[in-house]
Amino acid sequence: MTSPADAPTWQAQVYDVLRTHDVTQVAYVPDAGHKHLIDAAIADPDVHAIACTTEEEGVGIVAGAHLGGETGVLLMQSSGVGNVINFLSLIDHCRFPFLTIITMRGDYGEQNPWQFAMGRAVEATLHAMGLITLRVDSPEDAPRTVEAALGMTQTGGQAVAVLLTQRLLGAKKF
Amino acid sequence: MLERTPALASLLAGADDRLIVTGLGSAANDVAHITDFSPRAFTMDGAMGAACPVGLGLALARPEREVVVVTGDGELLMNVGVLATIAWQNPANLTVIVVDNELYGLTGGQRTATSAVTDLVGMAGAAGIRRTLAVRDAAGLDEARGVLHEPSRDARFILLKVAPGPGAPVRIDRDGNRLRNRFRAHVLGGLGGAA
Repeated sequence: MTSPADAPTWQAQVYDVLRTHDVTQVAYVPDAGHKHLIDAAIADPDVHAIACTTEEEGVGIVAGAHLGGETGVLLMQSSGVGNVINFLSLIDHCRFPFLTIITMRGDYGEQNPWQFAMGRAVEATLHAMGLITLRVDSPEDAPRTVEAALGMTQTGGQAVAVLLTQRLLGAKKF
Repeated sequence: MLERTPALASLLAGADDRLIVTGLGSAANDVAHITDFSPRAFTMDGAMGAACPVGLGLALARPEREVVVVTGDGELLMNVGVLATIAWQNPANLTVIVVDNELYGLTGGQRTATSAVTDLVGMAGAAGIRRTLAVRDAAGLDEARGVLHEPSRDARFILLKVAPGPGAPVRIDRDGNRLRNRFRAHVLGGLGGAA
């Protein structure tokens, strides 16, 4: 018997989707919204969980994984989008398949005024650098959106950012 | 002082099975020249700072292959935190070679901090990279070649102090998509060029 309390969380479902699609490198700069994925990657003996000092390293790592025939993903907070802009020229110019999952700040319900400038700029910045963005507002939409993004990247060869919005995650109080 | 292109060629002698990722500028030109434009070298000409993380992702993906990153002091200083990232992962098949001419060669020769105060070998060691070496002369090159070829349990970091001067006068292929595809075909076999 599976009670609702035992049902896998959307975060666990997203991790399963990543692993079903043979993601073996998880580069990350921590965010509370990514805690489950990061912990799952660290606990997974078949996955390299790579703590980056800055998000741009993760862009390079995902590209390097692809050069070696593996698939990586970059987990970051929306603030990190500002840190990766020039490295995305590597993805765009060389046409690397690229997947990043981004937890949003500075959107729905945000209360920290420091977060709005980058929050507003996230999608414009990613689009300017050639990425496709997919927004996730509800738990049931998260695993299927990541699965769609993996098809677009692994088979379609595109660069895709999945944005986990504050409608999904809830706005932080800090 | 060592001259950069012959010194790097000497260091890489006998390392013909290595996969190489280079940063932009003279590092790319030198490696393209030394490897005769081999597909096993992924030579970047932009995305300054990307050489080390790309090499790290590659080394983790292909633990059975030796991977060498060739970068410069200017590029490494741009995101020197990557040394901590490499040290923590500590892939035994990764060697970072920094060709340190103490200046930004492409932009007019402005000095970098390594010309005055900054010790990149010290930073690498303090970041946690266990096997580090500074090379300043021919004897050092022999020792570094040994480090490059020794069976290692740890990531390695070699600082190659060289005289100012341009890299090899070659024109690298700037089509990154083509470089990506031919590198993957080399590493992965015939289907490597697919998406």
